[in-house]
Amino acid sequence: MNPLASISGTIIAGFVLAIVLGLIVKMLAGV
Amino acid sequence: MDLSLFAFERWVHFMAGITWIGLLYYFNFVQVPAVAEGTADKEKGGPGPAAISKYVAPRALLWFRWASLVTWFSGAFYLMGAHKFASAFMLQGQDAYIGMGAWLGTIMLFNVWGLIWPNQKKILGIVTATDEEKAKARKIAFLASRTNTMLSIPMLMFMGSASHGLPF
Repeated sequence: MNPLASISGTIIAGFVLAIVLGLIVKMLAGV
Repeated sequence: MDLSLFAFERWVHFMAGITWIGLLYYFNFVQVPAVAEGTADKEKGGPGPAAISKYVAPRALLWFRWASLVTWFSGAFYLMGAHKFASAFMLQGQDAYIGMGAWLGTIMLFNVWGLIWPNQKKILGIVTATDEEKAKARKIAFLASRTNTMLSIPMLMFMGSASHGLPF
């Protein structure tokens, strides 16, 4: 099921993406 | 008084960004569900969503798409003035934080001008399209808009984290 079909799925996907990208950027910034 | 172009660009960036993302949230949280309810209601004798499509959506889209452009350029000029444009987009060191925000914002700008606006023109009848083309345009515009809503969450986190740190 596409999470973007619902507003709640979109928001949850956004927070998950934020955590994943945040961890990657922390690694890139050497933190 | 000392006029700081730098601070002015940041100020414009915030105002345009709030206009852009505010209207993005309006489309996703208010207008799309309202049009769906209005369409269902019309069959039961309700007023339907025609007024939204005619009077509200074109105005909201006008501010939405131009605000997205002003947001991107004011942010780009700000980064250039700070000599961080290249290092941000190349995700180097501490500039990786604002850089990831800038990348997400850039993808979102492309979605506005490359996917949402051309397809909304078909949906709203600004350009002619068959019913089949309109149905396809609705699907693409909807998914691009939802994608931007999703991307706005990490984008805003990164924009704030450049000065204030990540929340984790």
